[in-house]
Amino acid sequence: MMNDLRRELAPLSEKAWKAIDDEARQELGVVLGGRRIVDFTGPLGWTAAAVATGQLQGLASAPAEGVCASLRRVLRLVELRADFELPRRGLDALDRGAAKLELDAVRSAANAIGMAEDRAIFHGFPEAEIEGICSAAEGSALSLTRDYQRYPLVVSEALGRLRTAGVSGPYAIALGPDCYKGLTGTATSGGYPVLEHVRQLLGGEIIWAPGIRGALVASQRGGDFELVVGRDLSIGYQDHSTTSVKLYLQESFTFRVLSPEAAVPLVYR
Amino acid sequence: MTEASKGLHEAELSPSVIDRHRAIVSVMEELEAADWYAQRAEATADAELRAILQHNGDEEKEHASMLLEWLRRRDAALAGHLQTYLFQKGSITAREGAEEDSSAAPEASPTSSVSSSDGSLGIGSLKAKK
Repeated sequence: MMNDLRRELAPLSEKAWKAIDDEARQELGVVLGGRRIVDFTGPLGWTAAAVATGQLQGLASAPAEGVCASLRRVLRLVELRADFELPRRGLDALDRGAAKLELDAVRSAANAIGMAEDRAIFHGFPEAEIEGICSAAEGSALSLTRDYQRYPLVVSEALGRLRTAGVSGPYAIALGPDCYKGLTGTATSGGYPVLEHVRQLLGGEIIWAPGIRGALVASQRGGDFELVVGRDLSIGYQDHSTTSVKLYLQESFTFRVLSPEAAVPLVYR
Repeated sequence: MTEASKGLHEAELSPSVIDRHRAIVSVMEELEAADWYAQRAEATADAELRAILQHNGDEEKEHASMLLEWLRRRDAALAGHLQTYLFQKGSITAREGAEEDSSAAPEASPTSSVSSSDGSLGIGSLKAKK
């Protein structure tokens, strides 16, 4: 049965749809770092609109004498959408047996929407009422320098803060592109890779997260950070002409930090 | 102890296997009871007794369903088969054929479905399991 993504209306063969979906999936698998750290709830479906917070906001005016009123506070889901357009000539060539399809537009849209989700998770999205992990845990942030040999010391200090706060492991670190590059290219004075040293300290995952500025050490015990997804990343059909097909990537979600003490941001100052 | 409860065939079994055994035996007993109630309800000439027997038989089905769900949550293979066959329309045996075809084709795995029913790419959680 067709839903609002209207995929069945697109002038695309199953083979073309598979190539497009696979390309998007592959790019998203690389770019989505936040989902490797936070808990995932959902997908709750396209009709899901908000998440209950349990909080009430009292209203100043009384609807009747002796009656007070309060509004439930909810976290509304934000919709993200990235449009892209593919030339039909290439899609037709694929159906005729072409070995490869030029899918830069799919990768570009997948990268954009994946980065947007990750930035919301790590740094927040105020217009969507989302506070990111780094913003929520700003008070416990540690400074980074470009001296990557010192990185294990900073990670040790971050782990010490987490343990002192009673936050158990396993612990993971999400590294922005600069941190990742710096760490992978640096060895200790004894020649041991710094990245391996960091891995041993953590006992958990080292995650490449292009959406984060700096890095983040966080517990992966669960229950601290929650990505609530209505529609998980999906591709829909918008329109087509004689020369191109317009599609879009879409998702709906919100994100909340339940325990700011379960993360320590590492920031370049 | 019922005959079905004597069904442990090995001595050294983990608590989870023994618990699943308890649930499986209970499902068997509940469905057997539902079967008996259905036979007796059909056999009796007393309309009031028939209504009671049918009511009781339906309660046994409820009990069996609750146990089945408990089992489903602890048995991924069972959960997969229930997902395939339950609450579907059309031929049940044809569904088995389609299921085997799709599991033979690597591109038809759940995470790489060409056009899943809701159009999702099936990304979901990427967090490593503890």
